[in-house]
Amino acid sequence: MLNFLDSHTLPLIFAGLMGISILAYVILDGYDLGVGMLMASADRPERDKMVATIGPFWDANETWLVLGIGLLLVAFPSAHGMVLTALYLPVALMLLGLTMRGVAFEFRVKAQQQYHRWWDWAFIGGSLLASLTQGYMLGHYLMGFQDTLSAQAFALMAGMGLAAAYTFVGATWLIAKTDGDLQRRAVWWAKVTLVLTALGMIAVSVATPLVSPRIFERWFSLPNMIGLAPIPLMTGALLLATWVFLQRMPRADHSLDYVPFMGAVSLFVLGFLGLAYSFYPYIVPEKLTIWQAASAPESLFIILMGAMVVLPCIAGYTAFSYYVFRGKATELRYD
Amino acid sequence: MDPIVLARIQFGANISFHILFPTITIALGWVLLFFKVRFNATRNEAWMNAYRFWVKIFALSFALGVVSGITMSFQFGTNWPGFMQSVGNIAGPLLAYEVLTAFFLEATFLGIMLFGFRKVPNWVHTLATFLVAFGTTMSAFWIIVLNSWMHTPAGHELRDGVAFATDWWAIIFNPSMPYRLIHMLIASGLTCAFLIAGLSAWRWLRTDRGPDVMAALRTGVAIGAVLIPIQIVVGDMHGLNTLKHQPAKVAAMEGNWETRSNVPLVLFALPDQTTRENRFEIAIPNGASLILKHDPAGVIPGLNDFVAADGTRLHPPVAPVFFAFRIMVGIGMLMLVVSWFAGWTLWRKGTLNRPLAYTLVAMTFAGWIATLSGWYVTEIGRQPWLVTGVLTTAQAASKVTAGMIGTTLAMYLATYAVLIAAYISVLFHLANKGLQVVATPSGAGVMKQGAGYHPAGALAKDV
Repeated sequence: MLNFLDSHTLPLIFAGLMGISILAYVILDGYDLGVGMLMASADRPERDKMVATIGPFWDANETWLVLGIGLLLVAFPSAHGMVLTALYLPVALMLLGLTMRGVAFEFRVKAQQQYHRWWDWAFIGGSLLASLTQGYMLGHYLMGFQDTLSAQAFALMAGMGLAAAYTFVGATWLIAKTDGDLQRRAVWWAKVTLVLTALGMIAVSVATPLVSPRIFERWFSLPNMIGLAPIPLMTGALLLATWVFLQRMPRADHSLDYVPFMGAVSLFVLGFLGLAYSFYPYIVPEKLTIWQAASAPESLFIILMGAMVVLPCIAGYTAFSYYVFRGKATELRYD
Repeated sequence: MDPIVLARIQFGANISFHILFPTITIALGWVLLFFKVRFNATRNEAWMNAYRFWVKIFALSFALGVVSGITMSFQFGTNWPGFMQSVGNIAGPLLAYEVLTAFFLEATFLGIMLFGFRKVPNWVHTLATFLVAFGTTMSAFWIIVLNSWMHTPAGHELRDGVAFATDWWAIIFNPSMPYRLIHMLIASGLTCAFLIAGLSAWRWLRTDRGPDVMAALRTGVAIGAVLIPIQIVVGDMHGLNTLKHQPAKVAAMEGNWETRSNVPLVLFALPDQTTRENRFEIAIPNGASLILKHDPAGVIPGLNDFVAADGTRLHPPVAPVFFAFRIMVGIGMLMLVVSWFAGWTLWRKGTLNRPLAYTLVAMTFAGWIATLSGWYVTEIGRQPWLVTGVLTTAQAASKVTAGMIGTTLAMYLATYAVLIAAYISVLFHLANKGLQVVATPSGAGVMKQGAGYHPAGALAKDV
């Protein structure tokens, strides 16, 4: 074994890989769950167009969740057991949501005509349930799985915040992938959800250090405070810039239609960096560090070797898929 | 109720629901590739129409497999936290390789396979179909490696109750893996063959008898007729392998209580675990000894050898293993008769007759029952162990309360019941529509005319 890949470095690398997977999941499945929730305020032809923007991608998007949870499982088995046991009920509800949403992709067009609407609502409800529970779990995790009333209220707020953020990235995805009336509506959705997302981010940012003295210490002691200032400052600037840009949309020239989506993705990245900094080096807040939870270095090494070979391939063919389905989405058809 | 029992029912329900769909898609991917390659070679629209019909069923089955698979990846942790803590060093890399080499591949190229026909060159579309089929098979490979290792662990050492890998080659090619993998892949082939034959026979009965329907029907029957004798031989070899490594499981399958020679082949009985004997036994003398030892006087281990001095049962519960095994074998025999008779009829007459068509329709989901029974034999047959000789199921269970497991179990069961009902009804709904109406995922059915499309009834005259 290469000697720099020791029992100190490997867990760090795997925490990084897991973080990237979860970030990829939140952005990628985030936009398709967001589109699913936005379908609530669209009619059937619009819904068809909205599904067409995510149809070729959702399955691979969801695979990032399997990879993220898989890495938690394989690299940090004791944390996996602790986290999933604590989140038993919301996990079950999230799985119900993802199941209904996933199968509704197929059933909403393949089932008998009279059931199409039911499956549309399974799609919408499933997307909403999955988003709310994911946010709730994030909040519950941030609170170190406390069961106090304020911790529960915080988790519920985080649930709504994440659902708002998903609808925001979903709306910006629709701006990129649609045109005409639907794009105009997507711009309106993006404006509304941007405000909700901003409120959610502020609420979580204010509440987290208040409940955790350790996180307060990390952010508000000198010189950390100065070094970290760019994260909230850039987030604020980005929110503002995206807001201003949205005022000028839709544009006759479609070349900049991806800009709001890029803005939303950058927001997710910044939010993620902030959270990651708050928690490092813990994998279960205040209970278990990444080194305490890690598997044997031999096993991590063999996974890393595979990942080094395969991840570039995955990136390559994912890019190819986005290239094939580039531009405005067209009607989904098998022929 | 005991939380461990509830956790097992919940995990068993989920994994049973899940396997229904990969069992179809693993083989159906290759059948679709076959249809596509035949079309590329002959330019006969019948093959492409067969592809267009079956790719819809593939997409639907795949979606159900994905969502139930995601549920499973979470239930490893929620239901069996002790599993990863004890054998995570082995199971982890195997699962990681499954995600990395199979899941992303199939999920990404599925988009191109389903919706990319007009967006990429034909050869890229064929390649995408191949990569999806390859991905589903790779996924089967890795998960069977892990499952087989749980039955016949090898290539590891235990330190303080935690398994550490010593030889990855031995872990991957553990003693039961080749048998289990081939047995499962053929099971998938048979499930898919009878699904194709059954739905095609249904369309035939509705006088939807275009060349695409007949091509699919012949393909399904041919695959079934070729694979079933191979499966019987492979199943026998798998049984001999199990006898060597997990004798208690075989003893339960055979309903054999005492270690002895000249063991009869029990056709039917009610195994009674409290009195430790079979009631109402109907058996063929020396049969089990002949099958398992190829000698009428062969000695077969009995269940009573697997009871600890204090009376603790170290063998699996007998009745479920015993009955599941008979259901699997019975369906296998039925598959042999039906597929050969259907093959012979199609070969001699070129078409079906109504009784035969109804028989094929009745057997549409026969593969599901056989596959589930087979998995119950092998998984219940491993109990009380989760990993043979390393970890018991009870040791791996979580501390979640029975009430919580029971509530979510009810939710899962209700969901699965709705989804299976919807799946089966939509399959027949699609068969009823045939290609007359092409359902596009982005909208309601679109009536198609002209270019490449023929109402199925007219197809016979045109092509």
